[in-house]
Amino acid sequence: MALVEVRGVVKKFGDTTVLDGIDFDVEEHQVVCLIGASGSGKSTLLRCINGLEATQEGTVTVVGRKVIQDDIKLNRLRRDVGIVFQAYNLFPHMTVLENVMLAPVKVLHLSKSEAKTRARELLARIGMADKADEYPDRLSGGQQQRVAIVRALAMQPKLMLLDEITSALDPELVNEVLLMMIELAEQGMTMVVATHEMGFARDVAHKVCFLHSGRIIEEGHPKKIFTTPTHERTSEFLRRTLESGQM
Amino acid sequence: MTTGVDGGPGREAGPLNHGVKERSNQDRARSLRARGLSISVVALVVLGTIFSIFAALGSEFNFIGWFCLALPLGMLALVYARRAEERVVDVDGPAADEQRSRQARRLAVTGITLASIYTFILLVWSSWSGFVDVANTFFSWENISSSFPLVLEGFKLNIAVFIVAEFCVLIWALVVVVMRQLPGRAAAPLRWLAIIYVDVFRGLPAIVTIYLVVFGLPLTDLPIISDIENVNFVVWGIQIDQLFILGVIALTLVYGAYVAEVYRSGIESVHWSQSAAARGLGLSEGQTLRHVVMPQAVRRVIPPLMNDFIGLQKDTALLNVAGVLEGFNVARIYAGNNFNLSSVMGLGICFLVITIPMTRLTDYLVKRDQNRMQANS
Repeated sequence: MALVEVRGVVKKFGDTTVLDGIDFDVEEHQVVCLIGASGSGKSTLLRCINGLEATQEGTVTVVGRKVIQDDIKLNRLRRDVGIVFQAYNLFPHMTVLENVMLAPVKVLHLSKSEAKTRARELLARIGMADKADEYPDRLSGGQQQRVAIVRALAMQPKLMLLDEITSALDPELVNEVLLMMIELAEQGMTMVVATHEMGFARDVAHKVCFLHSGRIIEEGHPKKIFTTPTHERTSEFLRRTLESGQM
Repeated sequence: MTTGVDGGPGREAGPLNHGVKERSNQDRARSLRARGLSISVVALVVLGTIFSIFAALGSEFNFIGWFCLALPLGMLALVYARRAEERVVDVDGPAADEQRSRQARRLAVTGITLASIYTFILLVWSSWSGFVDVANTFFSWENISSSFPLVLEGFKLNIAVFIVAEFCVLIWALVVVVMRQLPGRAAAPLRWLAIIYVDVFRGLPAIVTIYLVVFGLPLTDLPIISDIENVNFVVWGIQIDQLFILGVIALTLVYGAYVAEVYRSGIESVHWSQSAAARGLGLSEGQTLRHVVMPQAVRRVIPPLMNDFIGLQKDTALLNVAGVLEGFNVARIYAGNNFNLSSVMGLGICFLVITIPMTRLTDYLVKRDQNRMQANS
C-alpha cells in the first residue's frame, strides 16, 4: 500500500475552489515534487495531507491512517508526518535546541536528556552544533530553515512535507538547504515537495506532478515531464520558468 | 528648466519659462510675509515683557492675555514660514528666499517658546497667594511628616492587597481567556460565560463591583464565602480578615476582565503560522497554547499589562468605601481631624515610589529579553 493515498480531494475557501479533485499516491522512499504556478494549490495539498486544512470531499490516507478532522487522531497522525514551511516558523522565544527538543519531549514523551542528545546529534550532522543555544532570529535564513528541517526530523517522521522551503531564502542561501534535501532523499526519506526549484525536481524527484488550478494535469517521471510534456500548459509553465532562470 | 545638470540645483528660475518666474515671485513674497509675521510675534512678546515689567512695578494691569494671543499667532507664523520654505525648495528657488523663510521659522519658534514661558510665569505670579494656599493645604511639611508613619502603616495594607490581587488576576484572567478560546461546539457555553463576564465587569465601575462584592457576597449562602467571616490572622504585620479577602476578590474580578482582554489581544497577535508549525509537529491545541502561543503573547502584552497593574495598585485606595483601613482611609481621617490635606499627598508619594521604579524595571527587563532573542544587538 502506498504511504500516502489522496483520492478525489476537493478543497474550497468560501466560493473559491483551491483543490478540484486531486488523486495521487506516494510510495515509501519516494520523492514526489509538486510543481506549478503560485496559487495552483501545491501548499494547500500539502496541508491537507497532514490535516492542517480540512477537505470538503474525498479521502486522504497517510501511513495507513485516514485524515479526518478529529484533534486526537490528527495529533497521532502528525507524529509520523513532518512539515516544513516557507517561512521557517521557528519559535522565536526558544533557542535552537529548545525548538528541536519541544515536540520529542511533549509529544513522544522522551526524557529531556534523551531529546537533548537526539537534538544535538541532528544539529551536529548539519554542522550547527555551535548554534544550539542561539535564538532563531540571530541565524541566517538558510540556517533557520535547516533548523526547521531538523526540528521536523527529530520526530523521526515516516514522511516529510516540504512547502516551498527555499522560496523565502536569499539566492546564495538556497543551496545549503537544497543539499540537505538531497541528502535526505538519498537516505531514503519519503518526501512530498512543493517547489519552484526545477533543478531539484528534475534531478532528485522520482515523480513530478504538475498542478494547475487545483488539478494535477500531468504527472510522471521527471525525465518525461521535463523533456516531453504532453500537456500544453505544462510546457508553457516549464518554458516560462526556464526563461526566468529557475532551472 | 535649468535645474542643476552640473550637480548643484539651479538657483535662478529659467528665463524662458514664464510660469516658473511668476511662481518664484510668489515665493519671494510669501517668504517676506512669513518673516514679517514671525518678527511681529517676537516683537509682541518683547513689548509685552517690557510692559509687564512696568506693570509689575506699578499698576495692576497684567499681560497674560497679551501672551496668550502671541501663542496662536506664533503657531500661525511657524506653519506659514514652513510652507514658504517648502515651496521655495520645491522648485529649487533662490537661496535667499529659502534662507529668509528658514529664519522666519526659527524666529517663530523663539516667539512661541518665550510666550509660553512668560504665560506660565505670569499665571503663577498673578495668582501667587492662591498657590501659597495650595502649598499649605497639600504640601505642608509638618503635616506630611507627622501623618506619614500612620499613612505608611495603612499603605502596607494597599501593598498586601495589590500583591495578592495581582497574583490572582494573572491566574484568573488566564482561566477566562482560555475558556474564551476553547474550540468546539461543546465548549460554547463556557465561551459565552467568559464573554459575558468580561463585558459585565469591564463595564461596571470598579466602585460598584467593590460594593457588590464586599457588601453583597457575605449576604449570600455561598459555601466558602460565608465561612470566611471568622478568618482573622496576621502575616508580616498585615491583618488578613474577611474584608481583606473580599477586597481582593472584588479587585480580581474588575481587573481580571481587563487583563483577560489584554491576554486575548496578545494571543491574537501571534501569527497563525506559529500554531500551524506547532500543530504540524504533533502538539495538541493545549500544548500549542501553553508552549508556543502564550509565551510569545505574554511577552508582547507586558506594557499594557503594566498599565492595568498600576491601575489596580491605585484602585486599592477605593477599598476605603468598604471601610478597609488602607492608606487612603488613614490619610483621609487624618485630613479630617487636622483640616489639612497633606497626609493625602504623603500617600500619593507612596504610590509613586512603588509604580515608577516598577515601570522602569519592567521596561528594562523587556528590553533585555528582546535583545537576547533578536539579531544585531
